[in-house]
Amino acid sequence: MELVIIQYNAGNIQSVLYALERIGTTAMVTDDPEKISAADKVIFPGVGEASSTMRYLKERSLDKLIVSLQQPVLGICLGMQLMCSYSEENNTECLGIFSEHVKQFANRTPTGDVLKVPQIGWNQIYDTKTELFADIPANSYCYFVHGYYAAKGAHTIATANYGIDYSAALHKENFYGTQFHPEKSASIGEKIVSNFLSL
Amino acid sequence: MLTKRIIPCLDIKDGRTVKGINFENIRDAGDPVELGALYSSQGADELVFLDITATNEKRKTLSDLVNKIAHHINIPFTVGGGISSIEDVYTLLQNGADKISVNTSAFKNPSLVEALAKEFGSQCIVLAIDTKKEADNNWYVYLNGGKIKTETLCVDWANLGVDLGAGEILLTSMNNDGTKEGFALDITEALSATLPVPVIASGGAGTIEHFEDVFLNAKADAALAASIFHFKEIEIPVLKKSLQKKGISMRF
Repeated sequence: MELVIIQYNAGNIQSVLYALERIGTTAMVTDDPEKISAADKVIFPGVGEASSTMRYLKERSLDKLIVSLQQPVLGICLGMQLMCSYSEENNTECLGIFSEHVKQFANRTPTGDVLKVPQIGWNQIYDTKTELFADIPANSYCYFVHGYYAAKGAHTIATANYGIDYSAALHKENFYGTQFHPEKSASIGEKIVSNFLSL
Repeated sequence: MLTKRIIPCLDIKDGRTVKGINFENIRDAGDPVELGALYSSQGADELVFLDITATNEKRKTLSDLVNKIAHHINIPFTVGGGISSIEDVYTLLQNGADKISVNTSAFKNPSLVEALAKEFGSQCIVLAIDTKKEADNNWYVYLNGGKIKTETLCVDWANLGVDLGAGEILLTSMNNDGTKEGFALDITEALSATLPVPVIASGGAGTIEHFEDVFLNAKADAALAASIFHFKEIEIPVLKKSLQKKGISMRF
């Protein structure tokens, strides 16, 4: 199986590579459209800021390429957010695969408690759906680091709560996205990555 | 629910883990790669690696050590020590670090925090502050591994750092560090109750009750400790179970 990680100006490609190594596989890191199109599976990682990253993707025509992919694609964190339609982070039009909008966390809960932003740490995921979460126990903890979130919508396949309920994962056709970092979510995360590789 | 975090810290000197008391009398505590892998498997929520020789001896954090560590752990880790440029951070992230921590270089050049946050996002930038309570009852910022006192109040620098884009504060009380007499609750609460970003309390952990105090009374988002873990005085699973029983949300 040929697995490709899309190379762009995102911070955590190495972390994803090392996670794959730990579960006994490897990936090619590339921004070559032909190689990405030819892969069996594609990982679209991400840590960073939405508008500059979208600009980077557009300059290299990677935006059009990503939406045209037919094989299973996994977006992680900012990768998932960029697969949504729009992000409030610097008013960015994104790839539009998922119709959900990406919004900024408020720094208060609806009941008025202080909410630290970005959310950093381990939070539970629930109402999980699809084979991506096969054999993942309900309320498992995953590692999140983000100041923006995808609202819940038709494509939500896992939910988490930070002040409000939001999409911990999204799915449409061959596209999957996780807001949390499976590559940093201990053995639960490794299982989720393995599930993606088995799709 | 977002859990509180338990974070073992590995202070690295010449490639070994070391531990001092009040930032002095440093002794050997083992191989950082082995310790990191052990803590990761025991349920640590994150790891912090600080190259404590980097600033003093003008060395860069050893990126090959970071690389080795990254291969062996499946939880997030922060690397600090002598980071003073965007290039330094690129090198560390390329070698598998998830976050970086800045201290002296950020204080001397606050625009560094802004530049790093812009380049890598606030979630990647931890502002480490070493602070000491003086006779006037104020907490002052110290630099260069606690060797140089400044006239700046800890609260002021923390607020400025957050305004500039730091996504987290790693607060170490020099008065408490290595004493095993508990965390500095007052300054921890002063920051954690007012700052809009998470605060990691550091310095002074000696018993399970100290962790209870810092989470329940000082509202810390995470607690960092070193020697109690390195010398196996408190095992992470035991600590987390005890805290969970006290109603503090923990990951298992």
